[in-house]
Amino acid sequence: MLKLITSLSIAALVSMGIAGGAHASGGAIELKSISWHHGGMFGTYDRASAQRGVQVYREVCAGCHGLGLIAFRTLADLGFSEEEIKAIAAESDYVDGPDGEGEMFERPGKPFDVFPTPFPNENAARASNGGAFPPDLSLIVKARADGDNYLYSLLTGYTDAPADFELPDGMSYNAYFAGHKIAMPSPLSEDAVEYSDGTPATVDQMAQDVTVFLTWAAEPKMEQRKSIGLRVILFLLILAGLFYAVKKKVWSDLH
Amino acid sequence: MSFEPKNSAVKWVEERLPIMGMLHHALYEYPTPKNLSYWWTFGSLAGVMLVVQIVSGIVLAMHYTPHVDLAFESVEHIMRDVNYGWLLRYMHANGASMFFIVVYLHMFRGLYYGSYKAPRELLWWLGLIIFVLMMATAFMGYVLPWGQMSFWGATVITNLFSAIPIVGESIVSWLWGGFSVDNPTLNRFFSLHYLLPFVIVGIVILHIWALHTSGSNNPTGVEIKDKQDSIPFHPYYTVKDLFGLAIFLIIFSAFLFYAPNYMGHPDNYIPANPLVTPAHIVPEWYFLPFYAILRAVPDKLGGVLLMFGAIAVLFALPWLDKSRIRSARFRPIFKQLFWVFGAVCVGLTYMGGQSADGNIAEIHGMVPVMIDGIAQMKDGVPLMEEGVTFAVTNVLVARILTVYYFLHLLVLLPVIGLFEKPRPLPASISEDVLSKTSPVKEADNA
Repeated sequence: MLKLITSLSIAALVSMGIAGGAHASGGAIELKSISWHHGGMFGTYDRASAQRGVQVYREVCAGCHGLGLIAFRTLADLGFSEEEIKAIAAESDYVDGPDGEGEMFERPGKPFDVFPTPFPNENAARASNGGAFPPDLSLIVKARADGDNYLYSLLTGYTDAPADFELPDGMSYNAYFAGHKIAMPSPLSEDAVEYSDGTPATVDQMAQDVTVFLTWAAEPKMEQRKSIGLRVILFLLILAGLFYAVKKKVWSDLH
Repeated sequence: MSFEPKNSAVKWVEERLPIMGMLHHALYEYPTPKNLSYWWTFGSLAGVMLVVQIVSGIVLAMHYTPHVDLAFESVEHIMRDVNYGWLLRYMHANGASMFFIVVYLHMFRGLYYGSYKAPRELLWWLGLIIFVLMMATAFMGYVLPWGQMSFWGATVITNLFSAIPIVGESIVSWLWGGFSVDNPTLNRFFSLHYLLPFVIVGIVILHIWALHTSGSNNPTGVEIKDKQDSIPFHPYYTVKDLFGLAIFLIIFSAFLFYAPNYMGHPDNYIPANPLVTPAHIVPEWYFLPFYAILRAVPDKLGGVLLMFGAIAVLFALPWLDKSRIRSARFRPIFKQLFWVFGAVCVGLTYMGGQSADGNIAEIHGMVPVMIDGIAQMKDGVPLMEEGVTFAVTNVLVARILTVYYFLHLLVLLPVIGLFEKPRPLPASISEDVLSKTSPVKEADNA
């Protein structure tokens, strides 16, 4: 029995090593690593930080990046009130219709709408951004290996290019971007936003806050997942104990 | 101990269709060797995983849309808006990996204890057919979310068929339903991904039928000789399997609830884009050993043949292994080679995940500066620079491992079967069990 468990754990470790190795081969740059409030078995999203992150996203990122999978109503998960959500939604206009006359019309956003996309299509986005396409950020944290640390590192990773580095016009140097040439200019600067809760808006603070928000955006059910998981595993541990006892009892008449 | 129904309704049915008696025989009285270890649990675990995949898959299909413009968002709709949709999808995605882990362990158990030998050749074949169908199902399932890895994985794997001479290109267009991986491809993959699991169910029934015809193998590899050697399946193995199942579900849950994306690739959270190729196209981990074999061969057709050959050769295993002894416990040389073979398979899995042009190890030193293959000279002395003086390339390692994979199955197995001197077999299962549990007997032997 013990032997089997040992073998299984070895198999599990080996497979983890393989999967880890497969991912690690993607990029050799070591990311900055933060101990996130949402990390670990019991981690939850830091609501205050995520709410500040919403502000950073709307005032800084939203100019170029959409968030097309996130409905305003889901902001309630981050502690926004119904009134706040209605107000945020109403700040963007949406084309709706057709009405009774068959005409399309514009109306203010409602909580069931998703965050607006800043460009009508990819070509328009590229035309406005020197040929680069700013990706939608709904899933960006899950679409990058070690996504939260990657995003935080990227946002705080703008430096001057080394002297021998050839940087094309319109590109910026970023220590954490693959190839170091990134079309997005450093998006965050000291006091780029004025936080309503009085938190000093340093680049580091804003990078952390928007990362927390976008991590939630990519995995909004994480808290439910972890809390159900804990109960399931505790249940299974007890169940395994009971089955083991029954097994011992049933088999005891054999030997 | 045959089935005699007391309830008159059951009796009425039984006289017309003896299905209850069949189930009673299969799940209750089936005489099972008394010495099965926990390695024999993986068969029933695989059965459980098949059911988990079918049930979660059917519910997912109620919310999923197989269209290139809608598939990716419909998966996110499941993750965000469907009640417990995230649970279903993570269960299905991680369940596929768990299914493969369980089946691989089940297969290696069969290899170790010689479960493929007469009279279980057909049992082994049916198992391999299930394995092949599982791979086809898993491959098509991975395409459905229509992320970058879905699209490019589908493109790479379907393109393999173009290596077939003359008709290759036509076959690829036929598979795609067009001239690239596109909506018709996604639609047929969805259709087949729904169909194949039920074909698997059919083969599983045959697999169990064949099992119950020849009986379970056991750690000694000695057949059941009399009543003392066997116990009824229920309650002994039902309860043992239930305990194994509970432990397995804990491991499954750890991934499902705490690392649900660990075995996936981040690129599959980027919507499919036919104009952008990912830096590394990596299949799911359970395909990596075969992917490594494919890439180890410089010729495309050769690589494809060798990759499929790696599975095909397993069908010949009952005749390649010349030893009449089943269990590795009594085969000292085979036992060592089994573990080497296992390590080679793990090694192939690792190499399949590495980039094809990298080096696994390198020694650095001064090397001549080369431009267009000509060493650069200055004042009659070659110019030198820091560089790699010696490199063990990934391709080289993959090739060595590939050669060993086939060497083991095609050469070593037949040869050692002829020369190996097996250790004495126990007279019966019962005698083997008693020699282990009775300390008096141990002392006697000493």
